[in-house]
Amino acid sequence: MNFTLKIWRQSGPKAKGSMETYQVSDISSEMSFLEMIDVLNDQIIRDGQDPVAFDHDCREGICGMCSMYINGEAHGPGRGVTTCQLHMRSFSDGETIYIEPWRAAAFPIIKDLVTDRGAFDRIIQAGGYVSVNTSGNTQDANAMPIPKDNADDAFDAATCIGCGACVATCKNSSAMLFTSAKVSQLSLLPQGEPERERRVLRMVAQMDEEGFGNCTNTGACEVECPKGISLDNIARLNREFLRAQVTSEK
Amino acid sequence: MTVLNSKIPHGALADKWTKHKNDIRLVNPANKRLIDIIVVGTGLAGASAAASFAEMGYNVKALCFQDSPRRAHSIAAQGGINAAKNYQNDGDSVYRLFHDTVKGGDYRSREGNVYRLAEVSSNIIDQCVAQGVPFARDYGGLLDNRSFGGVLVSRTFYAKGQTGQQLLLGAYSALSRQIAKGKIEMLNRHEMMEVVKVDGKARGIIARNLVTGEVEKHSAHAVVLCTGGYGNVFFLSTNAMGSNVSAAWKAHRAGAFFANPSFTQIHPTCIPISGDYQSKLTLMSESLRNDGRIWVPKKKEDVTAIREKKKRPVEIAEEDRDYYLERRYPSFGNLVPRDVASRAAKERCDAGYGVNKTGEAVFLDFASAIMRYGKTEAHIQGVHTPTDAKIKELGEEVVRNKYGNLFQMYEKIQDENPYKTPMMIYPAVHYTMGGVWVDYNLMTTVQGLYAAGEANFSDHGANRLGASALMQGLADGYFVLPYTVGDYLADDIRTGEISTDSKEFNEAADRVQKQLESFLNTNGTRTVDDFHKKLGRIMWEHCGMARNEKGLKYAIAEIQKLREEFYQDVKVPGTMNSFNPELDKAGRVADFLELGELMCVDALERNESCGGHFREEYQTPEGEALRDDVNYKYVSAWEYTGKPSEAKLNKEELKYENIELKQRSYK
Repeated sequence: MNFTLKIWRQSGPKAKGSMETYQVSDISSEMSFLEMIDVLNDQIIRDGQDPVAFDHDCREGICGMCSMYINGEAHGPGRGVTTCQLHMRSFSDGETIYIEPWRAAAFPIIKDLVTDRGAFDRIIQAGGYVSVNTSGNTQDANAMPIPKDNADDAFDAATCIGCGACVATCKNSSAMLFTSAKVSQLSLLPQGEPERERRVLRMVAQMDEEGFGNCTNTGACEVECPKGISLDNIARLNREFLRAQVTSEK
Repeated sequence: MTVLNSKIPHGALADKWTKHKNDIRLVNPANKRLIDIIVVGTGLAGASAAASFAEMGYNVKALCFQDSPRRAHSIAAQGGINAAKNYQNDGDSVYRLFHDTVKGGDYRSREGNVYRLAEVSSNIIDQCVAQGVPFARDYGGLLDNRSFGGVLVSRTFYAKGQTGQQLLLGAYSALSRQIAKGKIEMLNRHEMMEVVKVDGKARGIIARNLVTGEVEKHSAHAVVLCTGGYGNVFFLSTNAMGSNVSAAWKAHRAGAFFANPSFTQIHPTCIPISGDYQSKLTLMSESLRNDGRIWVPKKKEDVTAIREKKKRPVEIAEEDRDYYLERRYPSFGNLVPRDVASRAAKERCDAGYGVNKTGEAVFLDFASAIMRYGKTEAHIQGVHTPTDAKIKELGEEVVRNKYGNLFQMYEKIQDENPYKTPMMIYPAVHYTMGGVWVDYNLMTTVQGLYAAGEANFSDHGANRLGASALMQGLADGYFVLPYTVGDYLADDIRTGEISTDSKEFNEAADRVQKQLESFLNTNGTRTVDDFHKKLGRIMWEHCGMARNEKGLKYAIAEIQKLREEFYQDVKVPGTMNSFNPELDKAGRVADFLELGELMCVDALERNESCGGHFREEYQTPEGEALRDDVNYKYVSAWEYTGKPSEAKLNKEELKYENIELKQRSYK
């Protein structure tokens, strides 16, 4: 297969970027999208030019590092996949493919397709944890039964990989799906109960401080989320937030 | 020869750790504030260690090369984590977990370390549940378990096929809490380049900021490496693209012995290779062997028909299938340990029974599990005289609940529906049991330099059992290092801050700077990946699932040649002071080119077969690994001398006082 690639190139955070055009040929339909980019970079290096910078690591859809906006969609066509799980069989021979970085004020560009998603880490640091020290003396794991449905829902929320597709997709660049996934996970479990109010208030405040937009319930985030994190979590976050505002003593 | 002191405490096996903890020196809370610790890597071992140190009051600096500590490759672990909880009342105990692990490792691990691991395993589950890790539960709200290879009990805790992710996010949340408190300074997108020794003690590191390219000096009173394994020396492996040996190798060059480097785990259930462009291999969790049956056709004509797509696997009659693991190992069946399952797959494929176009694949079939679960589910739901279609439907739902994400992953990569047709799988490089030599305190042969998790060698012998890597990473980080590092630091309460403006730090930084500049200035014709792929092929062919003297000698010569070519002909674009992933890769591949040679040297020296190390010259008439306990019951700890081929061998004799050495049998 042959493709024309239009890729966003930007040499640094402050530099002016532009779309550049590249050609790749002899691409196998079995290749993953990132393997196709490997082929392109190999070609660019041999030509003595600067290869396209992009984030990637596990290449099996779990680390959340890869982050390309392909043909106007976060992680490209197909549902429930990260860029690294996308295969060239999803494209047709001769197609022109547009590749851009995540675009959001809270995710500044480092180079080309690489952005700084440190804002997500700071949202978690604001309260996305249970305050328990390592002691080995916590109570026995089976001392507190947790209803299976709650445990399953908590797990589903916890499968978020923090890739940022939700933010990149949202017209408001909102981080509600990401934030709500962690709030949901911990509010569904008894271990999260003691810090319930504090957590949601602090995480939402941090989210706003980072410059993410507000949620207008368009649901695009859920559609593009590679892990299928449900919009229900945003509803739960809203309930938790409201509840905390009413009941919190602070 | 240096005498290696493993520092295993005296006394009865079950009392060693408790006694050791009681004897260990403590640092008072006020003094902890005066002490700095550097933790390199933020996977399960690193994140848990860094969080624990910070909770105790030490000042911690943690580094990871990824853009966030949450992305360390522990995240990709699928199947589960072992713990001797005996919740299933199936006869499990600390001793049995210890025994299974030593036996599974083919009697090449240390009794004391493994027993401690089994002992703290229960605390790990308690700790993780307290953090809000959403393990799988049954309808009564209690934790569920499943089985893994090489054992006859169900002791594996899991969260679907994303157990590693959930455990890592648990450790990451503990880490984040300490970052928020300012007790941990987190350096994302940073790579360790050198260990700096002052007066013989590890006193810091040289790191590189991968965004700006700046070479930085960081000092501390102790340095802890939690930098994972080196499976990427094979280029193709289930490791992440960035996983590398550099931190461990730089430690080795600074005086840390490297133990059993040739002990590599080839995982039996991975998605087969599809072409030359391939950049990595994807694991299908071992948990699938709970329910999947592995087979190839009995008849060569069926093999040909399947390869040519003239027959579909479901069309092969039951009696024409060779369930070779069930045939060869009736008592463990599909749940034999990984090394045994991998070699059995290779044996069938070498004999010409491989089922894909390259001849390197076998089937992993869920049809009978789907029917079995479907029947049970029909009973539960009160469906009387269900049709086969209904049973299948119900059974598929059960299987989806257990392994949904794995099946989905398979379908995305292979474009085939594994509920309807068996998966195709083949062994691939997955884990490295070898690593930096450490004593019972997890200290390397360099004072004040520690190694934990996959980066060290201590717990898995010559073959790791499934669901034990997560257990070891968290055991080391949460429960071992916080005690043992404290003991060492008790001497440092009056040392004060270590200055980075010293000869040692400046020289090390200069060396790093010069090496990177030389890569950029070589301006050759071949890319870093070219060299890496070539090295990978040499390693896979000669130091992979089967090894022999001739092949290993050939590989050593080839790697030496390749290394010379690398320094003369590598092409690295870009500049020093910028975001330059090709330059990062060049440094990593330079280290792999040395490690690969040492792995071959180690495999050549060990004239026996044990666990994942299979020397073709040493096998039983049935083709099983033939150990030589008289001559090789030791850990090979290699000392760097300037050239990998001239590394000096130090031996740590292994003592088995609580376990009888036996020919491993899973029949």
